[in-house]
Amino acid sequence: MSEGVDEGLRSELQKQGIWVTSTQELYNWSRRNSIWPLQFGLACCAIEMIATAASKYDLARFGGEVFRPSPRQADLMIVAGTVTKKMAPQIVRLYNQMPDPKYVISMGACAISGGPFKQGYNVLKGVDRFIPVDVYIPGCPPRPEALLHAFMELQRKIDGQKLTGAGKSDHLDASKPSEFPVPAFGAHDLEPPSNPDLFHPPEFQRS
Amino acid sequence: MESLEEIKARAELAVPGARIEIILNPSPAQQPSLLLDNAHAPAVARFLRDDPALRLDHCSNVTGVDWLERTISKKVKVKTVVEGEEKEIDETQVESFPGYLEAVYHLYSMTLKHGPVIIRLRTADRGDGARLPSLTTIYRSAEFQEREIYDLYGIHFEGHPDLRRILMWDEFTDHPMRKDYREPDDYEYEPTPHDDVLEKAKQHSQPRPSIDGAESITPA
Repeated sequence: MSEGVDEGLRSELQKQGIWVTSTQELYNWSRRNSIWPLQFGLACCAIEMIATAASKYDLARFGGEVFRPSPRQADLMIVAGTVTKKMAPQIVRLYNQMPDPKYVISMGACAISGGPFKQGYNVLKGVDRFIPVDVYIPGCPPRPEALLHAFMELQRKIDGQKLTGAGKSDHLDASKPSEFPVPAFGAHDLEPPSNPDLFHPPEFQRS
Repeated sequence: MESLEEIKARAELAVPGARIEIILNPSPAQQPSLLLDNAHAPAVARFLRDDPALRLDHCSNVTGVDWLERTISKKVKVKTVVEGEEKEIDETQVESFPGYLEAVYHLYSMTLKHGPVIIRLRTADRGDGARLPSLTTIYRSAEFQEREIYDLYGIHFEGHPDLRRILMWDEFTDHPMRKDYREPDDYEYEPTPHDDVLEKAKQHSQPRPSIDGAESITPA
């Protein structure tokens, strides 16, 4: 909702055929209704993502049907599947190549935490170790409805982003990074194993 | 298809100098295999492929096995003379077997529709001697699987046309399927740890502080 215009006045004006809006509202409205996801899948979650985009669940109802084959044209990265350590640098590089504003949905147990492969030597324990994630969807794999829900959550988040002021959106804040360091292949593990600026492992406090 | 003994006898005739051993399998599978000596393994494999009665033209699977160095202690009764009397005394004999790595090939015949014949190759040891002759020149389908064994077990296949890592990245130096492989220590908090994860959790968490001595009470 636009700031500065009283809700009641706005409603009254609308009844008279006058529609009041703000640049921020218009900008976010258009942005959230044409989110172009990056077209890539990593594992079985990708099958559910494809089902979401196909006619039965129809992601086009929310304006997200334009899957782009290039990160330069994409707004949203749906990390659909297990991120192996060998794949992680490529994921971060793709994220870095996406233009701002950009969003990430971490889809399924593997992309969130490594899932059933968490204790494996070759699987990243969650994609949020290297790139910031906006919406997490649990499930193994999540149903298309869950991905639609995540998509709507993301739209809600975009709707609430401010263009000016102290709490303005990250992509308009020059001091906030939009690219993140790509991890290197080390002798035993990725180097570094996670981005310390971005990720802090959960600590267990015994009471 | 003829029995393994017959195959062994004919292969040893066809390839002079080849030493073949039949390895029995005590598991429920009961599937015996042929252990080839490394020097003559390609020649024997070529014989298995080209022999008109066998025609094992399809290598369906190649896998690695890691055998750690192991010791088996047995109790043996030994007769000894103690204070002028002959007595039987229990003695434990420790037998140790050096560790080695194995590559196991499963061969079938597409033309004659029989199989499998399983052949094994053994390395000298698990260190610098982890070398085997490559059978890629005889079975083209072994190429990627030998690369996988090289990647995960660290067996160098001599004569392989393109021996590189296939699953892990090139900079990786470990061999994750070896039994003594330890993954990087990147444990994070788990709400319900069990088995190996529980062991990791114990290493990473402080013991429960003693508050009232209740933890020292053992259940009846």
